[in-house]
Amino acid sequence: MIKIAQLSCGSEYSGVQGEIERAATAVGAKMVSPDIDLEEVDKSVEKFGFSPTSPQLRLLIARGVALTEGRYDADAVFITSCFRCAEGALVRNEIRRYIQNHSRMPVVTYSFTERTKAGQMLTRMEALVTIVSRKELLARERQVGLTLGIDSGSSTTKAMVMRDNEILGKYWLPTGEVLSSASEAVDHALSEAGVSLNEIEGIGVTGYGRYIIGKKMGAKLIQEELTVNSKGAVWLADRQKGEATIIDIGGMDNKAITVRDGIPDNFTMGGICAGASGRFLELVAKRLKIEITELGQLADKGNYRKVNMNSYCSIFGIQDLVTSLAEGMSVEDVASAACHSVAEQVFEQQLQEIDIRQPVIQVGGTSLISGMVTAMSDVLGQRPIVPAMSQYIGSVGAALLASGFIEGGR
Amino acid sequence: MKVFIVPPNSLILYDLVERFGHEPLSVMKAIRERVTDLEIDSPPLNVTPEDVKKGLKYAGVEVPSGIRGRLALWGPLIDQAEAAIVMEDPPYSFGCVGCYRTNEMVKYLLRKKRIPILEVPYPEDEEGAKRMVSEIKEFLEGLK
Repeated sequence: MIKIAQLSCGSEYSGVQGEIERAATAVGAKMVSPDIDLEEVDKSVEKFGFSPTSPQLRLLIARGVALTEGRYDADAVFITSCFRCAEGALVRNEIRRYIQNHSRMPVVTYSFTERTKAGQMLTRMEALVTIVSRKELLARERQVGLTLGIDSGSSTTKAMVMRDNEILGKYWLPTGEVLSSASEAVDHALSEAGVSLNEIEGIGVTGYGRYIIGKKMGAKLIQEELTVNSKGAVWLADRQKGEATIIDIGGMDNKAITVRDGIPDNFTMGGICAGASGRFLELVAKRLKIEITELGQLADKGNYRKVNMNSYCSIFGIQDLVTSLAEGMSVEDVASAACHSVAEQVFEQQLQEIDIRQPVIQVGGTSLISGMVTAMSDVLGQRPIVPAMSQYIGSVGAALLASGFIEGGR
Repeated sequence: MKVFIVPPNSLILYDLVERFGHEPLSVMKAIRERVTDLEIDSPPLNVTPEDVKKGLKYAGVEVPSGIRGRLALWGPLIDQAEAAIVMEDPPYSFGCVGCYRTNEMVKYLLRKKRIPILEVPYPEDEEGAKRMVSEIKEFLEGLK
């Protein structure tokens, strides 16, 4: 049983403790609470250096310090506090840094409201469990044999066929019905590769539809997208060794992941509002009556500073867009502002919860929109690496990791 | 009289109020040497999201859920309070609501009621403890 240490403030009084424990149980883990002596609290706070006024946050710090000193045994850490609590947010982020600097335990942070449900935490918990329980598999850098990777995303479904670390065939299409979309993507990828499904030695599936597809196709690997996409991103960018930050802005949510040798050690995942995802850009393209594939080039010609747009809420974002067009702003400026709005949200919400490590690799479907890469470059102050086929990270990662199940004595 | 105590889970204050003939308004919890619960002041019942909404009577929706959840528990007791004893800066083992902002709000809600309130510092030594008990005794007897 994987033990996830919970460092928290306010979870019980917010009525979400049961949800946290349900999420952990669903992925085969157990939430544990490091027990400590009350006398240790002030000493630990002094050692840590940040002295919050709330006793529960002081206890949280003491528990974190105890973990780093090996006084309590756990496999991973879940740090959580109330959404909108300034003191909680400061402590949450700083203790996360402290734990990362003093241990190798994977950490995830989360701020909750009373509406938080287990489902919202499931992928994060699953990723923590994967990192702990599949360390050897995640260390795999080379794909071997003939494998198929499927990424069933919220917007698009991707499939990739690989043989001995080479890509033989790939295909993507918009996600409709989950199984038939996967089937169509697989058929095309197999056809391009010139192989049949019977020849495939191992199948890996990730993304929202992973369970239903994985079960149907008898996949050897069914794994959440945080770890799988990380592997795919470093493989495609040829940055398997050392540190990196992966920014993955997908169709429905976005992820910021820091990795060491391709294995995530900290990640955040957004998804409260479609305003910070590719879905918002789709809405913008639709309103501008252009194809999503044209949006990037248009945005590159525009100036986002001319348009006031904040897509924290996609509905208000579209309202801003309509108002700007009515005021006579050009389509190029509006397209640029839309890309910037998404980039700023990812910067403000996700990238503040991790420490950016170089290089930064931008992936996911939105990385194909050049204006989105330009916008991320602006907010980061540097141009991220966008590997070729950056939308295929999930399927590459799945094909790569699936080969770990077929290798045997090879 | 109904006397609210701060911290609301202080066994000592609870005992003193009861001993001097009043009704302590408190939800008690055994205080242990070791902290094994998730929260230093783990709630005595399973707080649900519905309970947290009840806290909206005392603090707006922009206030963190943990504060509203606490106020959903302590608020109705404050509503009933006819007097209060507030201990300033006690150690965790004396009793604690875990969240400093909730502490501030609880004290404010009590003061706003304009009921008799005794605010006492946490005693540093035996002499201070005796003084504190004597002040509390005098306050509670004066309520009769």
